[in-house]
Amino acid sequence: MGSSIVQAIIDGVLTGGVYALMAAGLTLIFGVMDIINVAQGIFVILGAYLSYSLSVHAGIDPFLGLLITIPALFVVGIGVEWGFMRRLKEGDRTAMSILVTYAVSIVIEGVLNISFTVNYVQIHAWYVNRSVHLLGFYLPYIYVFGFVMAAVLLIALYALLYRTRFGASVRASLQDRTAARLVGIDVRRVSTISFGIGVAVTAAGGMVFGATNAFNASTSYDLISRLLAIVILGGLGSMGGALVAAVFMLVLEDVVAVAWSPIWATAVFFAALVVVLSIRPAGLFGRQVARAQ
Amino acid sequence: MSAHLEVEGVSKAFGGLRALSLCSLSVEKGSIAGLIGPNGSGKTTLFNVITGYVRPDAGTVALGGTPITSARPDEVFALGLGRTFQLTRIFARLTVLENMLVATQRKEGWLRSVARPAASSAEQRRAIELLDFVGLTRLASARAGTLSYGQRKLLELAYVLVADPSVILLDEPAGGVNPTLINEIRERILALNSEGKTFLVVEHNMEFVMGLCHTVTVMHQGSAIVTGTPDAVRSDPRVLDAYLGGGEEQDDDVAVG
Amino acid sequence: MSARRESGGAASPDAPAVPLGGSGRRRAAIGTAWIAFAAALIVFPVVFSNPTVTTIGVFTLVYMTSATAWNGFAGFSGYVPLGHAVFFGVGGYTLALVALHLKMAGGYAMFALVPLGGVAAAVIAVPFGLIALRTRRHTFVVITIAVFFIVQLLAFNLGFTQGSSGVQIPTPLWTAATFNDRFYYAALIVLALAVLVVWGIRRSRFGLQLLAIRDDEDRARGLGVKVQRVKLVGFVLSGVTVGMAGGIYAFFVGQVYPQFAFDPLFDVTVALMAFFGGLGTISGPLLGALLLEPIQQYLTLQYSVGSLYLIIYGALFLVVILAMPRGVIPTAGEYLQMRRARRVERADGRSPAATPSVEVAPLGRASR
Repeated sequence: MGSSIVQAIIDGVLTGGVYALMAAGLTLIFGVMDIINVAQGIFVILGAYLSYSLSVHAGIDPFLGLLITIPALFVVGIGVEWGFMRRLKEGDRTAMSILVTYAVSIVIEGVLNISFTVNYVQIHAWYVNRSVHLLGFYLPYIYVFGFVMAAVLLIALYALLYRTRFGASVRASLQDRTAARLVGIDVRRVSTISFGIGVAVTAAGGMVFGATNAFNASTSYDLISRLLAIVILGGLGSMGGALVAAVFMLVLEDVVAVAWSPIWATAVFFAALVVVLSIRPAGLFGRQVARAQ
Repeated sequence: MSAHLEVEGVSKAFGGLRALSLCSLSVEKGSIAGLIGPNGSGKTTLFNVITGYVRPDAGTVALGGTPITSARPDEVFALGLGRTFQLTRIFARLTVLENMLVATQRKEGWLRSVARPAASSAEQRRAIELLDFVGLTRLASARAGTLSYGQRKLLELAYVLVADPSVILLDEPAGGVNPTLINEIRERILALNSEGKTFLVVEHNMEFVMGLCHTVTVMHQGSAIVTGTPDAVRSDPRVLDAYLGGGEEQDDDVAVG
Repeated sequence: MSARRESGGAASPDAPAVPLGGSGRRRAAIGTAWIAFAAALIVFPVVFSNPTVTTIGVFTLVYMTSATAWNGFAGFSGYVPLGHAVFFGVGGYTLALVALHLKMAGGYAMFALVPLGGVAAAVIAVPFGLIALRTRRHTFVVITIAVFFIVQLLAFNLGFTQGSSGVQIPTPLWTAATFNDRFYYAALIVLALAVLVVWGIRRSRFGLQLLAIRDDEDRARGLGVKVQRVKLVGFVLSGVTVGMAGGIYAFFVGQVYPQFAFDPLFDVTVALMAFFGGLGTISGPLLGALLLEPIQQYLTLQYSVGSLYLIIYGALFLVVILAMPRGVIPTAGEYLQMRRARRVERADGRSPAATPSVEVAPLGRASR
């Protein structure tokens, strides 16, 4: 029992890293644009299907395929931002963005259902069903590779945000759109690119997700609800918060699944969110909203 | 005459920034008091503390002898202290008249509030009276969001008046308003003052403050440094120091007149 | 007072809570339209007795009710819930489980369980609202989604809900020819109730407070509005109505399953209906559901796979939001108003009543 809990914690941390990457994209989009991208879940599935197609039809290894799928989803993100997001009015863009991205999401869901049918598929590669045996624990290669890839991409994202001029503009826009505009930052361009990046990371997340889970288009509901829970728990707009929350939630879920029952693992996942938010309404690392102006 | 609004040794820090430090201020009943000072000297924070939007780290606030230091904004409002905001805060998608009715206080349970119409005819009459007073009656059923900036200021003043407050805090009533409307606002303040209402006014427009207020308090770096008649304050050397001293961090919209 | 005369022309698109005179003719026209609309709904199953059509009619009424109730909270308060499916499902499950345990035979008595579904929804809505409404708008959305998933999971896994096989509801032994009609009229009564509640809220002081919260919650609090209480009451009233709609729906369909009673698409669907017609208006969600639900039913019947329906639905939604961000009814209202204003202008050569953005005329009048 004890060792199976340690195994569950290891699994939770490894998968948590991948969720952290997908959640980081979501929270980046929110932070810069005040947009809650409910389509993030279907973008993950879209990324998974792209990797799946490349591997089945062209024989391209899923990790190698990321060189194609990441730019592809970046372009999709830019297109969605240009087509819909920038047309939302400033006043109630957050509420409207939820509905618009939901609409985008169900359109993509319909297209995927028609293109790939509703039958579940899974991405296969030599490392998907093999594990490395280490100190008495089994580490599936795909978990390890996925974690390493997520860590690399998160570090790259961090470097982009904190080591480049573009990153400085993004962070300024994260703090205060109006002020950023005043100091000459092209907030529109920053928004478009941030949205593109936020969506692009789902290609990587989706590939790992699709290799570790059987999926179809409606799997996106489950995914987006988890991603939203993670982002809210961490505090909307907080990257670090998203990382901590992702690992915390996935470890919690895996441990509950082993120690109690897999049936209730998901319920505990969401219950944890509700409990935390009733104590800290702005999430673990969220900025508390000022009450006066 | 006695102090109606009394602020005693209030301090407030946001992170490392000391917005208020041991700030004290008292406003006589029936007077119009002005509050001036360079940007960042803590005027708006002091307003937020008085009206319950920000809780001070130390110090007390009292209204007519009743301590209101830890009261919530709605409690402060119910006790008769009304306030307008620097950037006006009106309900943009409600009509002008509906804005007035939101402020109408009524003690009733939720069931009654669901069942009763939005306003009795007496409440409506009173709201119209006040709109008449600020000259907005004609726009009673226009959406508040379509009002000009100056008209919003008047509307905010009008709906603060609905609750018949004894003290009214105005945060930059003349800021960004055209000269005709500034005179209009000044007239309204004087008319209300002659009915016995007490005012505390934050304003950058020195001409406006000096012409209107009985006493003026100057704030600097989170404390009240001078209080006196407009003339006394104008000639006080410490005031000039406050405005010119810490020059590098000040903004340029301060016109010492 | 001249303002009273002019108020009809300058009225905001959502009718003002306090009728300030207004033009009598216009109000009479609106009243007549409502009566005609109600009459059309009442005679509908008499005229169109084809069971396929009346089936679509019942579903449409259920969604009209749900969209109205959803809008009664979301449209007025500005808080967008995406977990109202919880109330819809709880209403359905309550009816099914009570009927099961009382060993009821399907019949008129079953309709008495519909209000009970509303009560059960209220029991859930109070703690749900107490937790969710403490948070700010965007967090609120996510909490409602989280609660939705928890409740759906409970329905799948608790013993008394009979898991994924769901609960069967006894079918009444009514003749096929009039079978749908009874559900139709029961649904119509619930709809009438929902419209009355929302209309009452819109006119009441409470409704005004909700609208103030939508525009600036902190300011409303500062003016003495008990924001938490107002939001909670609005949330619960909305939930109760949706619960009753869910009860009728479940009885009509004859069974409850976790995945259909607690459907993640439910909230998007009613939100789309409300947005399509016009958020925060009374007629908007009715119109939205009246147009969209038959389309949805038709597409589902026509194409067995729901995918095409998803695409059409999503695309329609995007078009509506981008072309008419405030919905059909307010956009049409503005258009009519503009035309009327222009007509008035031409008729007596003066400017239309509302020139609010110009800062001239109203000043000084009070002092003279």
